[in-house]
Amino acid sequence: MVRAQDRKFVTSDPEKCIGCCVCEYACSMTSEKTFNPTKSRIRALRLGPLNNLAVTCRHCEDPACVTACPRDALHQEEDGTITVDEQACNGCTWCISACEFGAMMMHPEKKVVFTCNSCKDQPDGPQCVKWCPEEALTFVTAQQLAQKSRISAVRNLFQEEKEKKAAK
Amino acid sequence: MFAYAGKILRVNLTTGKVSTEPLKEEMAKNYVGGIGLGIRLLMDNSKAGTDPFDPDNPLIYVAGPLSGTMGPTAGNGYAVVSKSPATGGVGEAKAHGFFGPDLKRAGYDAVIITGKADKLSYLWIDDDKVEIKNAEFLTHQPVYETDVKIREELGDYYVRVSAIGEAGEKLCRFAAIINDEFRAIGRTGMGAVMGSKNLKAVAVRGTNDVNVANLDGFKEFVKMIHERMKGPATKKYKTLGTPENVLVLNSLAALATRNWTNATFEGADKVSGEYLNEHYVKKIVGCATCGMRCDHIAVVPEGPYQGSTSRLEFECLWSMGPLCGVDRLDAIIEAMRIVNEYGMDGISIGVVVAFAMDCFEHGIITKEQTDGIDLRFGNAEALIAIIHKIGKREGWLGNALAEGVERAAQIIGNGAEKYACHIKGLELPGYDLRTLKTAALGFSVSFRGACHLRNGAYSPDVKGKVNRFKIEKGRGKMIADEGNMYNIIDSLIVCKFSRGTYYDGWKDLANYYTLATGIPITPEELTKDGERIENLARLFNIREGKGTRKYDTVPYKIMNYPVPDEGPAKGMCVSDEELQIGLDDYYAVRGWTSDGVPTVDKLNELGLGDLAYIAEKANQGGK
Repeated sequence: MVRAQDRKFVTSDPEKCIGCCVCEYACSMTSEKTFNPTKSRIRALRLGPLNNLAVTCRHCEDPACVTACPRDALHQEEDGTITVDEQACNGCTWCISACEFGAMMMHPEKKVVFTCNSCKDQPDGPQCVKWCPEEALTFVTAQQLAQKSRISAVRNLFQEEKEKKAAK
Repeated sequence: MFAYAGKILRVNLTTGKVSTEPLKEEMAKNYVGGIGLGIRLLMDNSKAGTDPFDPDNPLIYVAGPLSGTMGPTAGNGYAVVSKSPATGGVGEAKAHGFFGPDLKRAGYDAVIITGKADKLSYLWIDDDKVEIKNAEFLTHQPVYETDVKIREELGDYYVRVSAIGEAGEKLCRFAAIINDEFRAIGRTGMGAVMGSKNLKAVAVRGTNDVNVANLDGFKEFVKMIHERMKGPATKKYKTLGTPENVLVLNSLAALATRNWTNATFEGADKVSGEYLNEHYVKKIVGCATCGMRCDHIAVVPEGPYQGSTSRLEFECLWSMGPLCGVDRLDAIIEAMRIVNEYGMDGISIGVVVAFAMDCFEHGIITKEQTDGIDLRFGNAEALIAIIHKIGKREGWLGNALAEGVERAAQIIGNGAEKYACHIKGLELPGYDLRTLKTAALGFSVSFRGACHLRNGAYSPDVKGKVNRFKIEKGRGKMIADEGNMYNIIDSLIVCKFSRGTYYDGWKDLANYYTLATGIPITPEELTKDGERIENLARLFNIREGKGTRKYDTVPYKIMNYPVPDEGPAKGMCVSDEELQIGLDDYYAVRGWTSDGVPTVDKLNELGLGDLAYIAEKANQGGK
């Protein structure tokens, strides 16, 4: 039994991500035994040189993709991952419209949708996280993610205070 | 074949005809990919004496054998090869980023583009579907806008675009082709060849798989390189970046300043890598598949160029900084940004401006001729103003300078050629050859003209492995060995910034190639490939009448204007005597005649017997 708060997903730190796409290659190598970013479960995006981020399924609570599917082809597992019943899916793309992160994608050959399953068949977890050369990707729970932001916010605050004092 | 797509695409822009043909395994093994394969295709697909701007001059896009794989740096490159409008010999340049892998995934190892479109067009390669599309709406558009608008028109953000700017359209002889905003096919004017074909851009989307022969072995190899990329071999590129060279070269009196007048720059501290990183660099980003990162993105925080954003490396920082006597990084960042917009070679543009400033200071160019620009050394506003004029070919001077220093000097006259710093028509990169003499020899024999990246000959000088103040016997072998290696690096299209991570050199590279392609190759065979490519390029230059001894030279100023700066380098310049000693040594190591022509025996040994006629003709004084 996995408690909802223990669900983990892959997230990318915008401060660290450099848009190198190593995650895409690691993903397609792991899950498809080939090099092809269009078959990757994670996609990196660069909007101008300073804005880079890799995006994949965040295993939302009450996921919109599952709700949107008219054929009950999508199902959320206990650990939060979304599974696709490839027999039931007819590639209608309602789930792709529903996902706010673009994490649900159409497989270029199978013509059914696919998304990140957190590499649950891999003994050492998500391979994109293992390969990321910038350590920008982490496999975390929502709690951990919030903690990380809190720690960084508080640290910055005290750093600012310190600098103010030093400036005086 | 694995890793290779196994296919070559041909596009004739005049007739609109598109066809494909297989890439033979023997061709792949002998010429690897990248520039090696590109130069062979150039040789086989062009006639001697074709003008670079003639529609028959082929513009050849080539992927690397590892492009599209997860190979760090080798996975993301492509090269463009053609006859250079700057040198009249081999033109070639590589770029990394995100374009190369899509070209491979689209299913092509090379694209041979000939002819000339009847109106400005772009080539849209969507896997098997190839279309020549109207690009008139992109006339004179900057490179990045072109990129954005093409992706908008095609409705896919992930389409990759390699484009020219206004400079390429207007046949500036050092125009570049640029992909991913700031990754340039920079040197030898490939952008001008593209412009001469009325071709604004190549857009590509590849969705096919790229498979390697030994996935597990390849994965382990890549993992090892990723580990090595954490350091120490990549430290320079991941920290200060190449601008670290500013203070290093300045301390060696090797930082060419004010068009090779001085060899040290009094403003070096203000344009150093240290200063740049502290005040301007916002983030260091990377290319596809790279396990390191090097793109130092600089943003100007305040002043007249506030918000100006550009990637900045040593060469361009130097060419538009110290070489023009400019010590303002905000202006240099802005200059770099507009150079990328016009689509020009960031090295050549700085040398061209510095040449014009030198002429201006010596009264060879008047203020009337500059349209009122006060083109003195150190004038940052003048630097920006003249770049705009060159990019647009505006005014008499802007138009002349867009021809590159060699031709501009002929147009200007009045002894201007003494200030034109180029070899074979290509402007000199950022090393003062008067005090780095292995580099002087290496640059003089480079087949694409003045270039630090054809054999890395500056390295033994800068690292103190040799007496850098003289050319002596033994340098020839250093240059030849490194030249072979650099040919392979550029044929695998491995990024040179990562070269230090291949601890076992040829062995690592051969292993890398075989794991990916499944084609067995020994380090010795790969070395032979490197030598074959060097000889092939030399033969092309000879065929075009630009390949013999008299073209292996260094600029007038390097030989006749001794370093005036106080210190151990004072009085240094390259003498003809030592250069000739160096050339004799180099040709002997290469197995070439004293006129620098490959012997028939050497060509047969390298499997280039089919081209021996070129050498024979040259030896009979045919060319």
